[in-house]
Amino acid sequence: MRGEISTAREVLALLRRDLAVLGARPADLAQPWVLFLIVCTLFPLGASPSPALLAEIAPAVIWVGVLLTLLPAVEPLVRADLQDGTADRLLLSPAPLPLLMLAKAMVACLAVALPLMLIAPVAGWLFGLPWPAVTVLALCLLLGAPTLCLLGLAGAALVVGLPRGGLLLPLLLLPLLVPVLIFAAGAVRAAAHGFPAEPAIRMLAALALLALSLAPFAAAAALRLRGQAG
Amino acid sequence: MHLMHAILSPKGFNRFVSRWIGALWAVTLLMLVIGLPWALVVAPTDYQQGESYRIIFLHVPSAWLSLMGYTMLAGLGFVVLVWRVKLAEVMAEAIAPVGAAFTLLALVTGSLWGRPMWGTYWVWDARLTSELVLLFLYLGWMALSQAIEDRRAAAKACGVLALIGVVDIPIVHFSVEWWNTLHQGPTITRLDRPAMHLSMLAPLLWMYFALFTYAATVSLMRARDIWLEREANHPWVAELMRTGAVPGGPDSPARPGPPIAPRDLTAGA
Repeated sequence: MRGEISTAREVLALLRRDLAVLGARPADLAQPWVLFLIVCTLFPLGASPSPALLAEIAPAVIWVGVLLTLLPAVEPLVRADLQDGTADRLLLSPAPLPLLMLAKAMVACLAVALPLMLIAPVAGWLFGLPWPAVTVLALCLLLGAPTLCLLGLAGAALVVGLPRGGLLLPLLLLPLLVPVLIFAAGAVRAAAHGFPAEPAIRMLAALALLALSLAPFAAAAALRLRGQAG
Repeated sequence: MHLMHAILSPKGFNRFVSRWIGALWAVTLLMLVIGLPWALVVAPTDYQQGESYRIIFLHVPSAWLSLMGYTMLAGLGFVVLVWRVKLAEVMAEAIAPVGAAFTLLALVTGSLWGRPMWGTYWVWDARLTSELVLLFLYLGWMALSQAIEDRRAAAKACGVLALIGVVDIPIVHFSVEWWNTLHQGPTITRLDRPAMHLSMLAPLLWMYFALFTYAATVSLMRARDIWLEREANHPWVAELMRTGAVPGGPDSPARPGPPIAPRDLTAGA
């Protein structure tokens, strides 16, 4: 009984501490935001301002933008933990490590995914997506972005602090995230063309559940390895 | 049990591979010498595709081996993480580039086949695309392995990555198929032939076993060399080098000069 209480306390303390750290530097939270907007701006500049073309490529552009900005944004969260000794503290904690990693993933969602969830539908609207597609986009972000955070956390725990680790993370993870891109962008595209988006959204939800159930264990295993190597 | 131990230890593995590698090469070459003419000349011409279909005798085995290689990376990764068997670490490191090479071979032969069949070297066909993603997975595995200096730590990290990857591969495959059917572009229907005739199936399976033997031989040689390199500062390797049993040793006529640079001497435990 006492064990359970201390586990819950441990997780809550970690959440409170991580949120406090994030709250102390609110300007950092804006970075993925701005990067995402820049990526989105580059596409009309690089392609053409034709509204028909932009509406056609919008789902792909927005999701590639989310993938490219979200992964590098998760990485510093883990790097800070490894540098200041928080990771060692987590490894020594009596609470199950996967549970603690799940809490960290929640923090990553709040810090990185939530801002993108708010801004990406706006970008979709700017690209001229019809309203149903924008709604579907918001829903897909709600399901897809946590998946990215969960896998991003596991990947970051593997590579953070390595020389060339910064490029390594997207190199390892982007091929693994192909299904998220396909179903998320596919759902938005289907909605934009007036087709039912529900099958793809359900698949995205399945992926989110799978990541939720497996990724914390992978992240915990990766962090344990870092503990042994360090 | 005694035999297991003899192969699992670096010294025993080196002796085992050195003893059998010649025979393995002989079997590989024999199988290729029989298999290539059988596949490229003897097997009947396809009534729809003419002679150009013959590339499948290289293409299909390569694709099978590419998938098998990644599955083995995951299996070995599991062994590394659970039982910390050094042989599994070394074998995984040896297999990865071989598997990546077969993935590349499958892609290249596929695109060469696509030119006469589909009129273009590359289409974003579901199978081609998922094979390309598999190549990226191999490259990621190798990049991670290279990035970590300590070989044992690298093997464990790569094991975690391969296990994540092997869960993901079926999902990638399935989602890519879904993507292509949703897309409804200029659909290239896969050739819905009836089951392959035995006169074609037999050389295909023969070529598969020939290429499998080749992959196994090359992987075992690579594993032996990786292990020698890892243990370069151990007395038994110095002894081998002194007697000239290892190329690069001081008495070896092939390549005089300093011994192999030990890669993991500088790494912390």
